[in-house]
Amino acid sequence: MNHFLPHTDKDRSQMLEAIGLAEPKDLFADIPDQLKTTSQPEHMPMTGMGELPLMADLKALAKKNTGAEKACFLGGGAYNRYIPAGVTTIASRSEFYTAYTPYQPEIAQGTLQVTYEFQTMIAELTGMAVANASVYDAATAIAEAVLMAKRIKKTGVRVLVSDMLNPDYYQVLATYLQPFANNNTDDSLQLVQTDLTKTETAPLPADDVLCCVVQIPSYHGTLTDLMALRKTCDDLNALLIVCADPVALAVLEPPGKFGADIVVGDIQPLGNALSFGGPYGGYMATRETYLRQLPGRLVGKTVDRNNNLCYTLTLQAREQHIRRNKATSNICTNQALNILKATVYLSLMGPVGLKQVALRSIELAHQLAEGLTALPGITLVEPGRPFLFEFVIAVPLNADFFLNALSSQGILGGIVLKTENVQHILVCCTECNTPRQIEQYIWAVKGILDVFSAGLVMLENTSL
Amino acid sequence: MKAPEKQLSSSAKNKAMASVLEPCIFEHSRPGVTTTFLFDTESSNEFNATDFERIIPQEFRRETPPRLPECAQLDVIRHFLRLSQLNHCIDKAFYPLGSCTMKYNPKLCDAVSALSGFSDLHPHTPDEDAQGALAVMAQLQQFLCDITGFDAVTLQPAAGAHGELLGMMMIKAYFQQAGQYQRTEVIVPDAAHGTNPATAVMCGFSVKEIRSKENGLIDLDQLDKALSEKTAALMLTNPSTAGLFERDILTVSERVHQAGGLMYYDGANLNAILGQVRPADMGFDVMHINTHKTFATPHGGGGPGCGPVAVGKKLEPFLPVPRILFNEATGLYYRQADGDALKHSVGKMKAFFGNFDMHVRAYTYLMAYGWLGLKQVSTDAVLNANYIKERLKESYAVAFDSLCKHEVVFNNSKQQAADKRLRTMAIVKRLMDYGFHPPTVYFPLIVPEALMIEPTETESKATLDGFIEAMLAIAEECQTDPELVLNAPYSTPVSKVDETLAARHPNLNFFSSPLP
Repeated sequence: MNHFLPHTDKDRSQMLEAIGLAEPKDLFADIPDQLKTTSQPEHMPMTGMGELPLMADLKALAKKNTGAEKACFLGGGAYNRYIPAGVTTIASRSEFYTAYTPYQPEIAQGTLQVTYEFQTMIAELTGMAVANASVYDAATAIAEAVLMAKRIKKTGVRVLVSDMLNPDYYQVLATYLQPFANNNTDDSLQLVQTDLTKTETAPLPADDVLCCVVQIPSYHGTLTDLMALRKTCDDLNALLIVCADPVALAVLEPPGKFGADIVVGDIQPLGNALSFGGPYGGYMATRETYLRQLPGRLVGKTVDRNNNLCYTLTLQAREQHIRRNKATSNICTNQALNILKATVYLSLMGPVGLKQVALRSIELAHQLAEGLTALPGITLVEPGRPFLFEFVIAVPLNADFFLNALSSQGILGGIVLKTENVQHILVCCTECNTPRQIEQYIWAVKGILDVFSAGLVMLENTSL
Repeated sequence: MKAPEKQLSSSAKNKAMASVLEPCIFEHSRPGVTTTFLFDTESSNEFNATDFERIIPQEFRRETPPRLPECAQLDVIRHFLRLSQLNHCIDKAFYPLGSCTMKYNPKLCDAVSALSGFSDLHPHTPDEDAQGALAVMAQLQQFLCDITGFDAVTLQPAAGAHGELLGMMMIKAYFQQAGQYQRTEVIVPDAAHGTNPATAVMCGFSVKEIRSKENGLIDLDQLDKALSEKTAALMLTNPSTAGLFERDILTVSERVHQAGGLMYYDGANLNAILGQVRPADMGFDVMHINTHKTFATPHGGGGPGCGPVAVGKKLEPFLPVPRILFNEATGLYYRQADGDALKHSVGKMKAFFGNFDMHVRAYTYLMAYGWLGLKQVSTDAVLNANYIKERLKESYAVAFDSLCKHEVVFNNSKQQAADKRLRTMAIVKRLMDYGFHPPTVYFPLIVPEALMIEPTETESKATLDGFIEAMLAIAEECQTDPELVLNAPYSTPVSKVDETLAARHPNLNFFSSPLP
């Protein structure tokens, strides 16, 4: 018995008869007996659960995610942004939700046109000529961008990466490049983490550098002078790859304006749920001249037999299903449902609404930063550097303890920065944080500091 | 069975000017329309431009706003709703797509993944505040071990091809660790998915393609010739891309292992063998699972996917971080990101822990079906494919006339005999007029003019019979009225699309110059 399979026993026996088989097990007669699974599963239930009890069980499991209920000041690559109701309405349509990849354009114009609109919006936000239909996430988009740079500029082995790039992204990039980094040959790629805000970078042989990778706003939420960095890239004859937050681009001069060669980023903040880390979507945009080196799906405008304007997947000769081992990438999906949400989101918000989201987040972040740094012992790690909606603070006690204490008061206060000094915390505000949450955060910290300075607990010795 | 005929297109044909089904969203734009609906209309302490300018120096500030559409909400909703109606989708009708497993996914899975406890959870949430999510992931890993026969699973990869990439990276790391730098070759049968050779190259391997036997299975002589001390791995899917089970699989894996290579299993065809036979028992060392197609993620118009990787003990140390584990002592689930046990890890494939939303769906799906349910899934999937093969083989030439697994491959030889212009793509386009999505064509590459059908287990006998009748009617049309078939489709939102024009003059951006 099964809940979702449509055949009756009569159907099955009629079909077996049509095939000329006696029993269902004859359908697997080509599998050698010694291989057939006879054992019972170790973990899976033998029989299926009904929808009613299963939903109850899963609701109970979902409730155990107490973090979903707390005031969220976490950022670092995933943002608790508001998802307008209209996004959910459209994204839940079966016509989008349960459609296949638009390989048959005659019956997939919906998905195709949405993708074309998405590509245009990303090009507009980044100031670039063309964008693809997305890759898995920002981290893999950066990795694909570096591999793309390698195809564009055949020479150069050093990949200069800003030391303010999201460490998760850096780790993914390092993983992707590993097969090309450890093979003991002259053209092994080398990742070099460096402070790219200093234009007087230690001189490197000009043909040795492949590209520079920088993030705006940086992992610490601060702004970077792209104009100066473009000049450095010109001096080094290197490509400039910029990872940019799409909401920030509502208020920041776009990387295209500074001469970026490839711009990437994550579309999660545009109408996509946090979902504990995925699915998100990586966008990639570039110059017209590099179009054929861009990985991933692309949708182009064309006409049908009757001269109607329409859309189709195009330039597929870059892709694995045509080009196999000569393909630009092995990717064979795009984050179609996520870019649908992003496209509807951007359509609903428009340039004004999107800017307002960015401004509200900036406002709240600066209010919180001001309130926190007014407390004794709490300082901005990079005072004086302009930041948008994320910032890094130093606290006078163990950062994990600090965050645990906040969490027990219903506040997820930030992310401990793993590098160098563990006393640093990355704090994020979005438009979803309320002025009241900001006040509560400051009050809670004040309380923690009071307890700390009264020496009531030996915080320094806790090994939390 | 009767489908609309060609007259339908004639009125459109007479139009001199190009027309559009639905204008681009940018054409709906009316600057000045209010789009600030997120916030109170009379927001008291409006953060104004002066504050922003005080905070952000001028050289960083955007001078010209992006040309995003400015539309009233209703215009936006109507635009996207009208676009949605131009799509075919599984909730509306059958997708007989070979190699793509387009099945019905229980709506329960969608509802569960949308529960706020899952969807509103930030990936940086501490372990103790994310026990439900970590429990789902840890248990799903175990379920996938049951199904594949392997020892450990990571849920991190974002799609099948991403899982392949991880699997091959782990193989690379394994040989680097062993100091066997000379193992630079990956053997791939000519019948393989395009991702296989593309993945091998992305991992810095070179690809050695071997010819399959006429029946689409591995030619052991060709394999022997290809194997050497340079072999890193053989990439294989079983059942093969031709829908046939590789009976010699144990011999194949034995020979690859004897040569010092590893066996990679492409999990694209897992639906055919659920609960019947396990890849680990066939001698494979590592595999990816296309969770999105096998276990309940709707295709979404091309993604997102989800591609967990399962490994045996040999490759377990190379799994990416963080590992999702259970601590018996504390009774808590946790993420392990560093430590001595992980020193051989290849690193990280994705910013966080994978497409968690799909993990929830897959977990729900497996709980709803149970082990016996999965056995019925594979049985019905194979039953349906063989039923279609039997009923169509008089009218369409079967590429391999033996018991097939979950999919069956035909070609167009009988149709092309009637009119040589009747290529497979032309034949299947006609199916759209009968309300079906066309099957996969021109794959696997070893079958010229291939037409590949995978019915899946969720289609009823009535649906299959309707599809079969449509296919038979088209076979008839190919003999009696080839023109009718060649100019199809007629009833679709647009007629046959000029893909060549799109590639010759790429227009990928609304604001770029119009078509010539």
